[in-house]
Amino acid sequence: MRFARRAAGVAVAASGPRTAIELREVAHAYGERAVLDGVTLSLTEPRIGVIGANGSGKSTFARLLNGLVVPSAGTVLIDGLDTRTQGREVRRRVGFVFQDPDAQIVHPTVAEDVAFGLANQGVPAAERDRRVAEVLVRYGLDGHRDHPAHLLSGGQKQLLAIAGVLVMRPQRVVFDEPTTLLDLANTRRVARVIEELEQDVVVVTHHLDLLAGFDRVLVFADGRVVADGTPAETLGWYVARMG
Amino acid sequence: MLSLYVPGTSPVHRAPAGLKLAVLAGLGVGLFAVSRVEVLAGVLAGVLVLGLGVARLPVGVLWAQVRPVWVLLAVLFGFHLVVTDAATGAVAVLRLLVLVLAAALVTATTRVTALVAVVEWLARPLRLVGVRPARVGLVIAMTLRFIPLVAEQAARIREAQAARGAQRVRLGAVVPLLIAVLRLAHTLSEALDARGADDVPARRASPGRA
Repeated sequence: MRFARRAAGVAVAASGPRTAIELREVAHAYGERAVLDGVTLSLTEPRIGVIGANGSGKSTFARLLNGLVVPSAGTVLIDGLDTRTQGREVRRRVGFVFQDPDAQIVHPTVAEDVAFGLANQGVPAAERDRRVAEVLVRYGLDGHRDHPAHLLSGGQKQLLAIAGVLVMRPQRVVFDEPTTLLDLANTRRVARVIEELEQDVVVVTHHLDLLAGFDRVLVFADGRVVADGTPAETLGWYVARMG
Repeated sequence: MLSLYVPGTSPVHRAPAGLKLAVLAGLGVGLFAVSRVEVLAGVLAGVLVLGLGVARLPVGVLWAQVRPVWVLLAVLFGFHLVVTDAATGAVAVLRLLVLVLAAALVTATTRVTALVAVVEWLARPLRLVGVRPARVGLVIAMTLRFIPLVAEQAARIREAQAARGAQRVRLGAVVPLLIAVLRLAHTLSEALDARGADDVPARRASPGRA
């Protein structure tokens, strides 16, 4: 496990055959409030977990990865694409699942919402219908095709939010606390969905069980990466640190 | 309209949304040119045949739309009994009843996206003044989506206040609701970006089908 030196804008480089996500001296502030400070990372592993206390900067970090947030300083590269200047291309590659599915579902009914992203991409109607049907079956929502989204259960809403992202076939998916609002059964269900994904994933979470089997875990504190390693190396250390 | 669509494959379901809305609009105007009870009763029977017979909608779906205006219709009829006569009252009631049922038939057999596509198509001339029709459609769809959500938020706030001893709804409930809605709007704007709302291509030129 690599521990960050707090004073030095830690560079935590991982070796690997490809570089998927790179952050170079990234800092970000909301007004006067700094939330990330001098983060430099190279992420090549397919499954990356991100943990940390509330306000540690992990959600902002997640939003940097598909250009939802552009850093105040530094550079974020996704497969070589700069999120500052190529945000649209980056968002086509990186799907984002939010903590609260209610804020992510924009259409009144299930199938219409899943089709939303495809319509934005200009996917022809026939292809759109086929892909929507496929993803609804995959996530057990085919029986709710014309169901009003607001009448779904919390777990079904989160699955709908995930389906709406995955139907766009992103190369990687960022999850920002996807299980925080769910009960145990639905947490396990979403965990299975994440586990079965072919795409590379970055998962920000407080549920440490979700990260078993992940390749790499980043621990954030005060806007910096303070620990970086395998789940075995980081999770126990984090729990002990949180007291 | 928030949750009224009843899936089906009937000719009414398959008819273009634009046609259905045009017929509904025509009916809205045409009914007021007719003042014979037997004609209006015939139109009402026609709407019921289309809804229950052709589209195979459950009776409850149509009744759910009539129920909220039932008292109004009764009052209207009573008013005419006193002021004019029963025949005039029947004409007024039949006109409104036909319109309510016809509107229910359209919303129960047409997906929201198809209705929104019609609105987008109608909004095309606004391109001349810089309005993007796709955005108009998205706003309508999102309004329909978020009405129940905001109502849910308001109910939660009322519950929270009641749990802390509030006897009745206070004006102060508006403030937490406003904060919740603004927070929701912020995340929603991020979600729209994340789902490619910026990438909206040139939309189809004609209204979609139901």
